[in-house]
Amino acid sequence: MKCDVCTNEATVFLTQIINGQMTTVNLCETCSKAKGVTDEMGFGLAEAFLGAGNTTNVPRNDVLTCPACGFTSAQLKKIGRMGCPHCYDTFQEGLDQLLSSMHKGTRHLGKIPTRAIADSRRNASMEELKHALQSAIDEERYEEAARIKIEMQALQTPAPQAESKGA
Amino acid sequence: MMRFSTLIKNPADWMRGSGPHSEIVMTSRVRLARNLRDYPFPGFSQEQQRVDLLANVRSVVEALPEMKDGFSDEYVNLSKIRKQVLVERHLISREHAARSTGCGVVVDRKQSISIMINEEDHFRIQGIRAGLNLRSAFALVDQVDTELEQELAYAFSSRFGYLTACPTNLGTGMRASVMLHLPALVLTDQISQVVKAVGKIGLAVRGLYGEGTEALGNLFQISNQHTLGEKESEIIAQIEKVIEGVVRSENMARAKLKEDSPTHLRDQIGRAYAILRHAHILSSKEALNLLSLLRLGADLDIVPDCDRGLLDMLLLEIQPAHLQLQAERELTPDERDIMRAEITRLRLQSIAPPVNVSHSESPPPTGGSFQETNDE
Repeated sequence: MKCDVCTNEATVFLTQIINGQMTTVNLCETCSKAKGVTDEMGFGLAEAFLGAGNTTNVPRNDVLTCPACGFTSAQLKKIGRMGCPHCYDTFQEGLDQLLSSMHKGTRHLGKIPTRAIADSRRNASMEELKHALQSAIDEERYEEAARIKIEMQALQTPAPQAESKGA
Repeated sequence: MMRFSTLIKNPADWMRGSGPHSEIVMTSRVRLARNLRDYPFPGFSQEQQRVDLLANVRSVVEALPEMKDGFSDEYVNLSKIRKQVLVERHLISREHAARSTGCGVVVDRKQSISIMINEEDHFRIQGIRAGLNLRSAFALVDQVDTELEQELAYAFSSRFGYLTACPTNLGTGMRASVMLHLPALVLTDQISQVVKAVGKIGLAVRGLYGEGTEALGNLFQISNQHTLGEKESEIIAQIEKVIEGVVRSENMARAKLKEDSPTHLRDQIGRAYAILRHAHILSSKEALNLLSLLRLGADLDIVPDCDRGLLDMLLLEIQPAHLQLQAERELTPDERDIMRAEITRLRLQSIAPPVNVSHSESPPPTGGSFQETNDE
């Protein structure tokens, strides 16, 4: 039998039963060491490096591709890393289960970059203004609509400036 | 910017300074993993994309106020030995040193902050401080991170936090690690218990140069493994609490050694001093282990007025790449062992021999009064 990670002959066979579902993983000597399988502390092994969907009742040739970078779910299962930031959207399914096996929680509680806050606030205000603009137009309050448009333009100006630098 | 030779000539800030528990805690390091929104992660990008990214961000990183007059270079310009020297100084990772095109590093003047570009993530921002000082190391990188973020569009999600190539770094993207010198816990065979206990609470224990390296010279690194679902301050507080405990255990083990087997302890330290002062061939492993004993001797005042900064610097100077940099050529392992011994003899000249006669202790053992041998 071949190793699930590389193509070498598998010598380590793991079986885990989680929530009544049996998961099997076949590994060669090298990969089992690389993945720390021999570590008794290990848990959620299959999820940890084969992806959460790898249970016996899920077809394994079901391949998903990230539209932003072309990374596939098969590659994710193989190397355990993402291709680009957008992969976190693409491969969302099963991610929480994977994350809960490696972290304290599945939601970020730490630092938030100030610009990301500004961006999300700006998006929120923009949504609000769009809404206000629509109702102003619907109700034929054109003077107010013009004022809202100016406000929206003002809100938009700092964005491209900030994003033009660097990358 | 600073030349490579100037950077390396000087000891890093952390080697000169001291911090809380610096007799046991060598350094506190914090690194943040950061990525740009619109580029694939380095491991899955085309070489041209990595080259472009480096070209785009390098000037931004160099322009940070912290990096003024620092060192900056691309890996295509750095020899294998020079990169390895940076690894030995803990300024870049072994994985990063193995890369070349599209990779680079910017280091501040004091060697307290280094920013790796195109490591596993686009940026790895690292801060290093002497002693148990994770908060201060975090403050360093936090500031740099905040400044960088004003200039660059980070990959961030409100749900998952900072998006990283490997899901194990997701969230804070923070790895806080502390380097400890634990000779007494090793000598008293308590180290495996400590390692096990620390592992149980979700912290990782590694050797001197990170993942998969041996704990040479009784040096151990303890770091967090979880990065998501906790605040940076919580992660740091937890590690500091654990480290305080390990420091207490090491201190107790040292006291026990001094109490239970003083002669045996002096013997080990005296032998270490003698070999280091007089050997002509020293392997890396032997040198590190003997220097560990010498440092223990200094901590316990058995080696009086010993300059710790000198020992820290020597520990680096005798690493393979540092030796080869000084020799200005590649050396065979045998040549390195000879050069290592030579530098060690030279540097330790200024260190006085261990105190051989202690007035506070009982007179030389005669017959039955010497019971200590039973302890070992």
